[in-house]
Amino acid sequence: MTSTWQPSADIETLKKRAQLIADVRLFFSQRDVLEVETPILSQAAPTAPYLDSFYTDFSPLGSEHKQTYFLQTSPEFAMKRLLAAHSGSIYQIASVFRNGESGRLHSPEFTMLEWYRPELTLFQLMDEVNDLVQQVFNLAPVLRFSYRGIFEFFCKFNVFTCSDDDIQSFVAKRIDGLPADLVMTRDGWLELIMSYVIEPRLAAMNMSVFIYDFPASQAQLAKVEKDGQGNDVAKRFELYAGGMELANGYDELLDADELRHRFNSDNQLRQQKNTKTIPVDEHLLAAMTAGMPQCSGVALGLERLLMLALKKKNINDVRAIKFELA
Amino acid sequence: MANFSTNEFKSGLKFMLDGDPCNIIENELVKPGKGQAFNRVKYRNLKTGRVNEKTFKSGDKVEGADVMEVELEYSYTDGEFWYFMDSDTFEQHAADANAIEDCKKWLKEQYVYTVTQWNGSPLLVTAPNFVNLEVTETDPGLKGDTAGTGGKPATLETGAVVRVPLFMNVGDVLRIDTRSAEYVERAKK
Repeated sequence: MTSTWQPSADIETLKKRAQLIADVRLFFSQRDVLEVETPILSQAAPTAPYLDSFYTDFSPLGSEHKQTYFLQTSPEFAMKRLLAAHSGSIYQIASVFRNGESGRLHSPEFTMLEWYRPELTLFQLMDEVNDLVQQVFNLAPVLRFSYRGIFEFFCKFNVFTCSDDDIQSFVAKRIDGLPADLVMTRDGWLELIMSYVIEPRLAAMNMSVFIYDFPASQAQLAKVEKDGQGNDVAKRFELYAGGMELANGYDELLDADELRHRFNSDNQLRQQKNTKTIPVDEHLLAAMTAGMPQCSGVALGLERLLMLALKKKNINDVRAIKFELA
Repeated sequence: MANFSTNEFKSGLKFMLDGDPCNIIENELVKPGKGQAFNRVKYRNLKTGRVNEKTFKSGDKVEGADVMEVELEYSYTDGEFWYFMDSDTFEQHAADANAIEDCKKWLKEQYVYTVTQWNGSPLLVTAPNFVNLEVTETDPGLKGDTAGTGGKPATLETGAVVRVPLFMNVGDVLRIDTRSAEYVERAKK
């Protein structure tokens, strides 16, 4: 029987973690990005269909009334309210929570480094992420591929023009052992190809890459524009390194009506699959209506970056105490 | 046998897949993009010994397999079955040719082997990582050649043929790594 009180990470690793996080703070203070802290508990939460927020009830003393509060899955909504109030560039190192997600690369509680840069374009923000991973974490420079480009390079098909059948037959040929009854959307299959075919190839080639210009249907909270070929693309990027997805950046959607529409269609999907619908964040929508500045923002899983920098295999190797023993 | 949901998957879990007992080697949660979650499992089919990958939707269930690993001493063969003995209870277990196929050339009486049993009967016999075996046949040794260059084939008492340094002779006992079928060193008799 191994005892269960000991830390999950060794103390030496925790010292390195503390130093790297201090270096991250220095990196941002040198660039005049303001550190902020926003509430961990909120009455609203993201609506994304496969994102499951923890929640709890607030009950004022002496009252029977209960108000549900969600633990944040990211500090995004609160930080955007600060941006609308003219905060300028801001960053946050925040504990975030995602119910159900536990594994070698997932902890239900983890640390997010998230920042917003009103004066930077999406490509300038990629430059800044690249500076951070090189200067602070001593990792290799990050290459750039468009979503279309990386699929053409590794899979030899055009994600915008190929048929659903083309994608299905590629999956059948290249990915073994999938559930026979698997039914997914076109984006579901593309995401599966990304994580089963492209990510491992990038990892085997030791390549860190930004992938940008996603299909519009994967826009999340990013703007949608036309690319050079006239395809509708979502102005967002993801950073992949060491076989992991490390960061997700947006040229932030500023249109409150469009955002409400995306929240509502997420909640419809949730209803269809019988999962809890989520209260829409009216404060965020009001802030956007008041006017959020043109802005690029990125959320980065800090532990995954620490794993790469400290050459650790498991997310719990860089967390003081793992979720299962908390 | 109990059912197991994907959230109970971990390495070492024995489960049934397409009628064969399997052992999970690695289990990884994958969440492609913002989509649904999967468990990507690397497993060994305990009947064939083959390693494969299978993806489960998170929340899927599998049937557990009644599989146990026991340490048994090899006794003898009658040509059809190979008999292994539990040294505590003296109970005999008969393994068929399929079960001993991979470790046949390392089978020596009184050595202890790991026997994987499914529903109580031997499914797979695994040799220890290292065994000491005597050379029964090889070209005469070359005295003075200790550099270990080149080497020559030697037949061992179990019938296995391994490459050994030139100075080895019939009657020498060698330590063999059964995973790579390679000579490691000369063992004390």
